[in-house]
Amino acid sequence: MSVTIYVPRDSAALSVGANDVADAVIREAGSRNLDVQLVRNGSRGMLWLETMVEVATDAGRIAYGPVTDTDVASLFDADLTTGGEHALRLGKTDDLPWLQKQTRLTFARVGVTDPISLDDYSEHDGLVGLKKALAMEPTAIVEAVVASGLRGRGGAGFPAGIKWRTVLGAEADQKYIACNADEGDSGTFSDRMIMEGDPYCLLEGMAIAGLAVGATEGYIYLRSEYPDAHIVLTTAIQRARAAGWLGSDVLGSGKAFDVHVRLGAGSYVCGEETAMLESLEGKRGIVRAKPPLPALEGLWGKPTVVNNVMTLAAIPFILDQGGEAYAAYGTGRSLGTLPYQLAGNIKQGGLVEVPLGVTIRELLYDFGGGSATGRPIRAIQVGGPLGAYLPESKFDTPADYESLAAAGGLLGHGGIVVFDDTVDMSKMARYAMEFCAIESCGKCTPCRIGSTRGVEVVDRLVEGKNRKKDEALLRDLCDTMTSASLCAMGGLTPLPVLSALDHFPEDFVKS
Amino acid sequence: MMHAIQAELGFVPHEAIQRIADTLNLSRADVHGVLTYYHDFRTEAPGRHVLKVCRAESCQAMGSETLEDHLHEQHGVAMGETSADGDVTVEPIYCLGNCALSPAVMLDGKVHGRVSTERLDALLQRAKNSTGDKS
Repeated sequence: MSVTIYVPRDSAALSVGANDVADAVIREAGSRNLDVQLVRNGSRGMLWLETMVEVATDAGRIAYGPVTDTDVASLFDADLTTGGEHALRLGKTDDLPWLQKQTRLTFARVGVTDPISLDDYSEHDGLVGLKKALAMEPTAIVEAVVASGLRGRGGAGFPAGIKWRTVLGAEADQKYIACNADEGDSGTFSDRMIMEGDPYCLLEGMAIAGLAVGATEGYIYLRSEYPDAHIVLTTAIQRARAAGWLGSDVLGSGKAFDVHVRLGAGSYVCGEETAMLESLEGKRGIVRAKPPLPALEGLWGKPTVVNNVMTLAAIPFILDQGGEAYAAYGTGRSLGTLPYQLAGNIKQGGLVEVPLGVTIRELLYDFGGGSATGRPIRAIQVGGPLGAYLPESKFDTPADYESLAAAGGLLGHGGIVVFDDTVDMSKMARYAMEFCAIESCGKCTPCRIGSTRGVEVVDRLVEGKNRKKDEALLRDLCDTMTSASLCAMGGLTPLPVLSALDHFPEDFVKS
Repeated sequence: MMHAIQAELGFVPHEAIQRIADTLNLSRADVHGVLTYYHDFRTEAPGRHVLKVCRAESCQAMGSETLEDHLHEQHGVAMGETSADGDVTVEPIYCLGNCALSPAVMLDGKVHGRVSTERLDALLQRAKNSTGDKS
């Protein structure tokens, strides 16, 4: 009888040797004459347990981890194929507390299925949303998304349905769907995990968006730092075309929708929507002034839906189960679930999809288990390099759009980077300015010049020769950057700088 | 197009600018502007191996600076430089999306997580051996 063994192909798993583990599984199974079918699945998101190997048994899937290639022989000795006892045995995957406490709507299939198998996809509720959308009027699709309360998951939090409505109402001979997969924020990897672990979910979301607004072409702007995601996406697109659910006749409906992938080239600011459009057009990724909105004049001047990967990947569930089913989760105006990402100095780092409104403390301790070094967590940065640094006193803040804004931070893409008590916050403030100087597109002066001057002022402030004057100067500079920058790059860089200064002033005084 | 050239040659040579400009009906200045805007594109040949070390916050929280210092002190190569023997070029990168397993590096297009100085040495040695370089 054939036994199915799962070894993730997620690039986080690969980074700790998953390919070596997979090779060892094949080798050991071969030498023992066992009939083993190896599936390279996505990651379940328990990244500290990678490489996590699973085996399908009569009692369900049993997990082992973290496995290295040298453990594989002993796993087979311990009857891996029937879920036998072993020091690395974690138990039934579905019963693991980390997964049990989650509400996986967008990530329901990730880690469960073979990412590029179309059969797996349709067996696990794939394409249901698209089929329903094909039977609906465009207005009805848009209204379902409005009803879901889904907001832009890239960071800005703009209601997705309203954006779609604008594009639907725009008259044009050609419209586009542009998917922002330039996941440049440090501490975020949910886009990467869904693209590597369930690419058809994103493609289905894009196709539904195309039907909703009357766009026949979609572009995924993928950052070049994700070569594995690139391979999976291009394979998935080829297969979806061959199976007839992308192309000139989507699932036999007579309607056209196709998707293309374009690679970025290492520029952070290209994650800003208008810079991304410039880059997609083959130019330097420089921010455009708004208006005109991309919804009216976007890619090549045509009406364009620009949505983040996470936004588009939430769409199939919404069309399948209805907008209200999605809106049943969450709190206030932050509806639905969010795949949070725990990163940096964290014991149990990984991906946690739960309803919006979970507190930072629950994420850090109930899921994350505290710091990796075992030292106290002193600071966290939520929402990428443009997000605020928050101290322990803010950890009971619910991690939703409004609550974090009220606490002086932002949710961004839902990534949380953890620092223990050895961190020097003046260095992190300096780094925020330095990063802005490196990545600024250069179009507007507050960002281009302000960031370089900012590094110098932070240096002088820490030097401490004229503290009062330098602090006033830094705050004044930040004020100019906040109010006069063209986009969030210069406009939000003051957030990590000033939050570090406000919450950790002692780090700016060197004795 | 630049991606394809760099994938083939490891960099985009100066002579390519005119050819790209002619093909796309652009000015050389336009092509030069794009080429030099993006961090990924190189205009000079890199070392035999390219090591990208993540400098973003998450990896800093787990000691990526130690890796930078180690490369500088033990291997004599600083960020943005190629080692004297032409073995390895070290470049900064801002987030590889492997932040739960920080610090992360990318060596010749492959991501490695939880990288210690020992592991980094082993990775570099293995890369050198695989291409038969003298160490």
